[in-house]
Amino acid sequence: MQDEPTPIELTKAVADFLRNDIAPLISGHQAFKLRVAINILDLVTRQLALEEGSDAKEVERLRTLLGMNGSVTELNRALAERIAKGEVDLATPGLAEHLWQTTMDKLAVDQPNYASYKREVSRSE
Amino acid sequence: MIETELSRSVVRWCPGATGASCAAKLSGGASQETWRFDIEHPDGPIGAILRRAPKGYGAAPTRAAGLAAEARLMQLAYEAGVPSPRVLHVLTPEDDLGTGFIMQRVEGETIARKILRDDEFAAARPVLARQIGGVLAGLHRLPQEKLPELRLMTAAKEIDEFERDYRSLNWPKPVFELALRWLRDNDPGPSVEVTLVHGDFRNGNLIIGSDGVRAVLDWELAHFGDPMEDLGWLCVNSWRFGEIDKPVGGFGSREELFAGYEAAGRKVDPARVKFWEVMGTLRWGIMCGGMMQRFREGPDHSMERAMIGRRASETEIDLLRLLAPRGR
Repeated sequence: MQDEPTPIELTKAVADFLRNDIAPLISGHQAFKLRVAINILDLVTRQLALEEGSDAKEVERLRTLLGMNGSVTELNRALAERIAKGEVDLATPGLAEHLWQTTMDKLAVDQPNYASYKREVSRSE
Repeated sequence: MIETELSRSVVRWCPGATGASCAAKLSGGASQETWRFDIEHPDGPIGAILRRAPKGYGAAPTRAAGLAAEARLMQLAYEAGVPSPRVLHVLTPEDDLGTGFIMQRVEGETIARKILRDDEFAAARPVLARQIGGVLAGLHRLPQEKLPELRLMTAAKEIDEFERDYRSLNWPKPVFELALRWLRDNDPGPSVEVTLVHGDFRNGNLIIGSDGVRAVLDWELAHFGDPMEDLGWLCVNSWRFGEIDKPVGGFGSREELFAGYEAAGRKVDPARVKFWEVMGTLRWGIMCGGMMQRFREGPDHSMERAMIGRRASETEIDLLRLLAPRGR
């Protein structure tokens, strides 16, 4: 077991420093690059916070859907192959729900401000 | 300095020109560069743009029409009244600038978010979708016998190419697989009518002024094919920049676009437009993957490239909204 602070606390501390102390000091292309860098750190922080829980649920859904065991990568590969072969499609019970949940979990990490995502979040509330 | 070569070039073909100044590189890709500069003239400077493949650069990617074809298309569009920069000069070996062309600089905005939000464009926004319909109709009607040699594409060929690109990424994505299946199952077959297709007609590749569309840019993916492809690509959610209820580039409705297209004397096939919108959404998603790969393999190891890989999931949610919409 590693010591604390946790990776989430550390990345967040760096992002906050760059955002609050450095961003006001620079301008132009460097400021643009800094915004990208802060966005990356924020994304990593969200992934550290959410990935473990969403991956566990994704694996559970994939096991039920495919009737097999494996890592989240192996199971995604297997699902991709079955869809490509036409063995699984939107008429398969649970597939649409699984793809929606998995995609929403990705957007929550990648682009929580994406308009389509915000629309779908408000739909499920 | 590039200004030396530009000065030598412009005095040869631009009557009265005395030189070139203020050269600045706007963008540089793997095979092409875009520069802005001014032609110095006793009547006042003339704004110009250079598009070129510098000497010694590799061949353009196979999908690109090539700079000579691009210059020809822009000139034909200009002559036909489609908003386009006037081509001033096609580079020759004596110019010593590589291959490409020089065109008139059109003032206006290409940054989509500004066009969708700034007050300057408030009067233009409500008319843009319809106006763009008319522009596309004019583009699809360019005289075929004058057009340069271009690739002939069908939906089936494009699906094959995207599938090959996607498989080469070794990036298993169940939503992309679903989209590929849907495209194969719903391919409407070769279009009865084959026209020039711009290939990248979208918000971001249009110069917009307070009066509306001033120029159509980036003809490098032009080809022959189904004219509905341009209408579908224009409606892809990625080019709405947050204005998701206005499918035409965030400007307006499909109805307005179609009305503008049909008012100019051409027919719309809405089912084909929808098909190409799905294709376009997948196309952008796979392109995001391609940029991630270039980041990993090194030619462009920038943070921006890396982050584009994380935008593929935007196209996954948009594909699901198109193919498996949830209840209202």
